[in-house]
Amino acid sequence: MNFSWDLLLNAVTSGIMLGGFYAAVAVGITIAFGMLDIVNIAHPAFMVLGAFLAFLSINTLGIDPFLSALGFAAIAFVFGRYFYRAYYHFFERRGDDSLQGLAFFFGIMFIVEISLVLIFGVDYRLIDLPYLATTYEIGIVQIPLRLAAPCLAGVAMLVAIQFYLSRTFTGRAILAVAQDLEAVRFVGADPIRTKEIAFGIAMASAIVAGVLLIIIQSVEPSIGREFIGRAFAICVLGGMTSLPGTLLAAMILGIAETMTSTFFGPSWSPAVAFGLLLLTLAFKPSGLLGR
Amino acid sequence: MTALSPSLSPPARRLPKPFSWPVLVAGLAIVAVEMTLGAQVSEYYLLLAYIILQYVVLSTGWNILGGYAGYVNFGTAGFFAVGCYTTIALEKLAAVPLPLAILAAGVVAGLIGLGTGYLTLRLRGVFFSIATLALAVVLQTLIVNWSFVGGSRGAYVMRPDAIAPFASYVQYLLVVMTVLAMVAVLAAIAIERSWIGMGLAAIRDDELAAEASGVPGLRLKLLATTLCGAFMGMAGAPFPYFITYVDPPSAFSLAIAVNAIAMPLIGGTATWWGPVLGAVLLGFTQQVLTVTISSAANLLIVGILLVVFVTVAPTGVVGITRAWRGRRA
Repeated sequence: MNFSWDLLLNAVTSGIMLGGFYAAVAVGITIAFGMLDIVNIAHPAFMVLGAFLAFLSINTLGIDPFLSALGFAAIAFVFGRYFYRAYYHFFERRGDDSLQGLAFFFGIMFIVEISLVLIFGVDYRLIDLPYLATTYEIGIVQIPLRLAAPCLAGVAMLVAIQFYLSRTFTGRAILAVAQDLEAVRFVGADPIRTKEIAFGIAMASAIVAGVLLIIIQSVEPSIGREFIGRAFAICVLGGMTSLPGTLLAAMILGIAETMTSTFFGPSWSPAVAFGLLLLTLAFKPSGLLGR
Repeated sequence: MTALSPSLSPPARRLPKPFSWPVLVAGLAIVAVEMTLGAQVSEYYLLLAYIILQYVVLSTGWNILGGYAGYVNFGTAGFFAVGCYTTIALEKLAAVPLPLAILAAGVVAGLIGLGTGYLTLRLRGVFFSIATLALAVVLQTLIVNWSFVGGSRGAYVMRPDAIAPFASYVQYLLVVMTVLAMVAVLAAIAIERSWIGMGLAAIRDDELAAEASGVPGLRLKLLATTLCGAFMGMAGAPFPYFITYVDPPSAFSLAIAVNAIAMPLIGGTATWWGPVLGAVLLGFTQQVLTVTISSAANLLIVGILLVVFVTVAPTGVVGITRAWRGRRA
């Protein structure tokens, strides 16, 4: 462990950039788990699916991943709506969505992961974007575009979703569903349809996060499991239902992880999220910006 | 949270005794069969029986928490690996006999379960589930970084020579696992038929109401979590001697993570024999399928079965047969 100021400054900078990407991963968990009370532990698996879709689209069709992300997100939105409808039909309607619902998502996570293994094998895949190869240097701080662009895209997505939730009728209905399901009916919004749309958004965000993931690092099918702890830690630390809280918590986790990997070695960084999750649950279960 | 009020304890004549003699006799009979036939049949059958019994221990352990209390433990592979690596660490230090290693593994894994439960069980159940998912990742990180037990390279374990009444060490492992499975099932039955099981069932159905009627919720949940972790750890303790080379991917295996959940849910979580049935059915099918198709495709089938069962038949095979018999009667 050798300490120096430029190491620290670089760790914080790349931590913030990583945090922007983590925000993109966690925003769907905040919507599904925090607002809709659906414990979608398969979210990171869908993210990895998104990463492999981006890999396919650039290597076989030559489509830029940022562009294909939009197309995939649209498909994922529709898929997410039907997925929620099925989940509602089988679990929420019956009222036993705790044990069976959790096992259901665990099974889905497993099916996605093993399918990817069967199709792509267990090798690490990476995409190479020439226009992101540059690294800006501001003083002693290095800003690689390969990290900065996904960060900006992730934060932009979170801000866009936040605007949608706070400014449109359906968006406000989603926020209302998180607070009081019955009251939503009184103001003339269909709670099931509202939750469908919200889950569709969450699913779309998972796919977009996956595209960002394969720009940042190489991806193999089971890498999603490392992100379950991260995404839920961010969601809980951020206060469950708050998107600004999610962004703040994502930044905190990003910085904590890069600090750990700079000063203790990168192999320890997956443990940081778990520590953060346990500390939050033990000392501040309401989170930073929770109600 | 004081002792259970007397009104909750069941009238003794209506419930079967907590200790199940038939299971003990059946277990001893299986041991006797293994002792007489074990030296004659091909080693493949011994390995097959070992794997299935290992799954009986894992799914019974899972069901003590998952089925009786309704708290989902996703970290089975982590607890199993803790058992594996306890044995490896002990083996590196001294020649520890296997039963002692199993006990040590049970204590270590049980304490990890207790710690995780203590930090998360006072909140909603999903937080415990998420914590166990993350726990498996963290434990794997720890093992990968711990070079004493082999780190990411893995560790070779020498199988000791055969011990006196047994023809081979594999036969010895099989008998040990049979006894372990018997103990796990007996413990599950004892819990199911005692006030502990009733308290856990009350928690599963309505935690607030259970607490209000005097069920010591947190303490019962912690007991179940500890037992669950301990059995999973004990199931993992003989594993290094079984495969003789352990690396993190084989100890934290995907197969164990999914099977420990799929087996009780497919068998049925309400009774002790649901997980046993699930373990035997799924374990046997998978061993047959692994020979014919790849092991990844095999796990895909387990995953699909799990999803199909929780959506269409949430009471499992036991529930289906009960409903079917009920309709005929």
